[in-house]
Amino acid sequence: MTLSWYLVLAAVLFTIGAVGVLVRRNAIVVFMCVELMLNSVNLTLVTFARASGTLDGQVIAFFVMVVAAAEVVVGLAIIMSIYRTRRSASVDDANLLKY
Amino acid sequence: MHTVPASGLLAASWLLIALPLAGAAVLLLGGRRTDRWGHLLGVATVAVAFVIGLACTVQLGGMSGSKSVNLDLFTFISAGTLDVKAGLLFDPLSAIFVLLITGVGSLIHIYSVGYMADDPGRRRFFAYLNLFVAAMLLLVLGNSYVALYVGWEGVGLASFLLIAFWYRRPAAVTAAKKAFVMNRVGDVGLALAIFIMFAQLGTTSFVGVLGSTGALAGGVLTALGLLLLLGACGKSGQFPLQAWLPDAMEGPTPVSALIHAATMVTAGVYLIARSAPIYDHAPAARTVVTIIGAITLMIGAIAGCAYDDIKKVLAYSTVSQIGYMFLAVGLGPIGYVAGLAHLLTHGFFKAGLFLGAGSVMHAMNDSVDMRRFGGLWRRMPVTFATFGLGYLALIGFPLLSGYWTKDAIIEAAFDHGGTTGYVLGGVGVLGAGLTAFYMTRLMFMTFFGRPRWDAGSASTPVDPHESPGVMTVPMIVLAVGSVAAGYLLTQAFPLSAWLSPVFGTNKLESHVVAPLWIGVLVIGAMVLGVAAAWLFVGRREVPVVRPARVSPVVRAARNALYADAINESLFMRPGQWLARALVFVDNRRVDGAVNGIAATLGGSSARLGRAQTGFVRSYALGMLGGAVVVAGALLAVTAG
Amino acid sequence: MTVLAAAAGTGTHLGGAETVVFWILGPIALAGALGMVFSRNAVHSALWLVNTMLCLGVFYVVQQAPFLGAVQIIVYTGAIMILFLFVLMLVGRDSSDSVVETLRGQRVAATVLGIGFAGLVGAGIARATTNLTVTGLNTDQLGGNGNINGIARLLFTRYLLAFEVTSALLITAAVGAMVLAHIEREPGSRRTQKELSRARFLTDRPQTLPGPGVFARGNSVAAPALLPDGRPAEDSLATGIEPQEIEQMPRPTDRAQLGSPDDALGTLDPARDDSPGGRTR
Repeated sequence: MTLSWYLVLAAVLFTIGAVGVLVRRNAIVVFMCVELMLNSVNLTLVTFARASGTLDGQVIAFFVMVVAAAEVVVGLAIIMSIYRTRRSASVDDANLLKY
Repeated sequence: MHTVPASGLLAASWLLIALPLAGAAVLLLGGRRTDRWGHLLGVATVAVAFVIGLACTVQLGGMSGSKSVNLDLFTFISAGTLDVKAGLLFDPLSAIFVLLITGVGSLIHIYSVGYMADDPGRRRFFAYLNLFVAAMLLLVLGNSYVALYVGWEGVGLASFLLIAFWYRRPAAVTAAKKAFVMNRVGDVGLALAIFIMFAQLGTTSFVGVLGSTGALAGGVLTALGLLLLLGACGKSGQFPLQAWLPDAMEGPTPVSALIHAATMVTAGVYLIARSAPIYDHAPAARTVVTIIGAITLMIGAIAGCAYDDIKKVLAYSTVSQIGYMFLAVGLGPIGYVAGLAHLLTHGFFKAGLFLGAGSVMHAMNDSVDMRRFGGLWRRMPVTFATFGLGYLALIGFPLLSGYWTKDAIIEAAFDHGGTTGYVLGGVGVLGAGLTAFYMTRLMFMTFFGRPRWDAGSASTPVDPHESPGVMTVPMIVLAVGSVAAGYLLTQAFPLSAWLSPVFGTNKLESHVVAPLWIGVLVIGAMVLGVAAAWLFVGRREVPVVRPARVSPVVRAARNALYADAINESLFMRPGQWLARALVFVDNRRVDGAVNGIAATLGGSSARLGRAQTGFVRSYALGMLGGAVVVAGALLAVTAG
Repeated sequence: MTVLAAAAGTGTHLGGAETVVFWILGPIALAGALGMVFSRNAVHSALWLVNTMLCLGVFYVVQQAPFLGAVQIIVYTGAIMILFLFVLMLVGRDSSDSVVETLRGQRVAATVLGIGFAGLVGAGIARATTNLTVTGLNTDQLGGNGNINGIARLLFTRYLLAFEVTSALLITAAVGAMVLAHIEREPGSRRTQKELSRARFLTDRPQTLPGPGVFARGNSVAAPALLPDGRPAEDSLATGIEPQEIEQMPRPTDRAQLGSPDDALGTLDPARDDSPGGRTR
């Protein structure tokens, strides 16, 4: 087994997350899919850090986690407030940007 | 051409232009506030300009050495190798024009105070007049063809504004438009000539262009000469662009006197005289100038015989007299001085005639139909006297202005030599006879015979009366000029000596035909013309209604030798057909293509717009598609 | 941890123990991801995601990142996913969990593109990294100390600026979340328990209010209880959620009603369905 397997796994997870964003309508589930994509990227970073023998990848993965945490907080708050006014957490209902 | 920098009062010669321009600006921007004193300001600026011009001329006369004074003002255009400096050139040629413009201009300004007294737009009128004087002075004072061109267009604009001064009259507006368009035709020629100068010489200043004519190829010089001639024809109402000038009489009479008789229409003569070195090297172009002059002279004289509109007769007379000047300057060095002298004397007597005509119109409720005049000499003695002196000067009555200068032109024509000389001289003599005929006819119909005017309506009764002093005084001054200017310019203070720094001295040793015989010939032609006029007009009752049954010659003359018809059929109709064809092509082909593209784009964008669903997930799908494409491309690049 | 770290070999090939770990946890992580996407219930999705994240945390530990593994499990799986669940509880399961796709061709296109993307990226990565040498993070490269010390050293030296900026990001996010989730109330309008008690006994209904979701058509706290005649019981509405119209409430999903997207979603357009308590069609 080589490190490539980790990377392939990350790519597959990333793709599943992306497809999940496309097919799910519940904004919260969409958000979870985004989190999955971020995690798969973290896996790549950690793998490459190990391959190159430096800690920079791990530090960046750490930053990704921090940013993801901040993003989740704000994103969920936005979903909440949308839900409060529109009584729906479906991303398809927020389609007025078209106009 | 060698120039010296300006000093003394000449360094302030820019004031000549600045003063009338400032007057125009104040009057135009000041609005109604300046209504009460606007005309006084207008007169003052021109009068002061005249004084400055006189002082400058005196200083110039006292200078020794080079008499071409150059005054650089500022850089007008600086683009690459094109570097046009705005500057003034004050030399003897400019000086006589400055004096003519400001002198006659001042008199006509004063006259206008009375003539336009009842017009609500008097302030606007004076603003335009001042604008005209400023532009005309720039035209004759500019030290480069570009500066001349600026003035050239400026006088075109002022002329347009003044012809259309009574802009509620459709005829005035049409005439203004006609004048403007025909002037543009000429201006294209002048503009092209300037382009050629820049392309060939890299400069447009008089010093640079006229000093290096020898370096140019003959073809280029001929092209330059012909293009400048086209410009001159447009501005001076010469064949084939003469038709606008009579129509321009729709403007107020002082305008006709100032612009369309004394000053602006002589700009073409100035242009050709100024460009003398070019014509010296382009004999073909010079010959064309004389031919144009001769043709115009005859057209103007013939048409002048048939019109009943007093101002139109004078307008055709102007066309004809400017034809004389063109003929003269086309003759080369022997003719320049004669042409310019005639220009100056013509400026006096033609302005006087126009002012007289204006005075008559003023008395006759703005009627211009000579068949409705008659017997006015008793009612308007001052006008009759001044007009009569101008008339005698114009027909070349011995010892009056026209006699000296017109004779000089005819002499120069004969002196040209060969068959050409005889033909040109003959045309000149014939023209003199015709001039005598139509002017005498005008005198008989206007001032002599039985009064033929209607009583007029109760509110505006026709009661011919002498004009106020503010109008008669300028007429008297101009009449004095008409009488004396010729003698002064040719005998007492010869213009040839004054202009010798510009054109050199060309004293002809021997004449082809003795001047005495020419004098006899011209006087004979004049007497014949006067006699014919008495025979046809003076001794009979003038019909109030124009006779309808006339000979083809008279009918042709009444239609100004069909100049408008020729212009229409040769240029206007084909132009209209071309325009219509182009419109068709534009609508069906060009617009069709453009509209087709627009419709295609619109349709496809409507279809594409359907992809714009507003659903976030659709957009995300697009992003993923893009990511796939990028990944595929990367893989293809690295693997391939 | 030391055992796992020791199991990690160097060179191109990895140790046997790690291989075993990968081939057990990898499919589990994959299954978790797929389960998250395919679960109709959002709570199930969240649990599937927790599963995947735990697997990833183990992978981090195996890959010589014990600190990140711990953070992954504690912060991500522990904190963030719990936050997700909280919001889910608040918002409730609604019709957006319908299995019917409303955008035509979206699923097919997403699947095709997803497979294409995974294939292209996976193939590219596999091709580019077949001979990826594992340098490994031994103690020398960690500066003589452990993993945490190494990360701390980097964070406070080379990445100090980014670290500080992160703090600004976090505080902004916290304030932003508060602003977004906050509902403005008049100060002093909050009544004490005593006042509430008095008010209740002044009405003709001293007993407890009906609980939310009773006979409701959704299980959200925002859905009021329905009275036997189909009208909403106003007093069952939860506080903290803005008053709503009955027409704006999510509709129960019935396959027979799924004619159009609007029908499936429960329309927001009052003009289409103006009779309270049910559809007229």
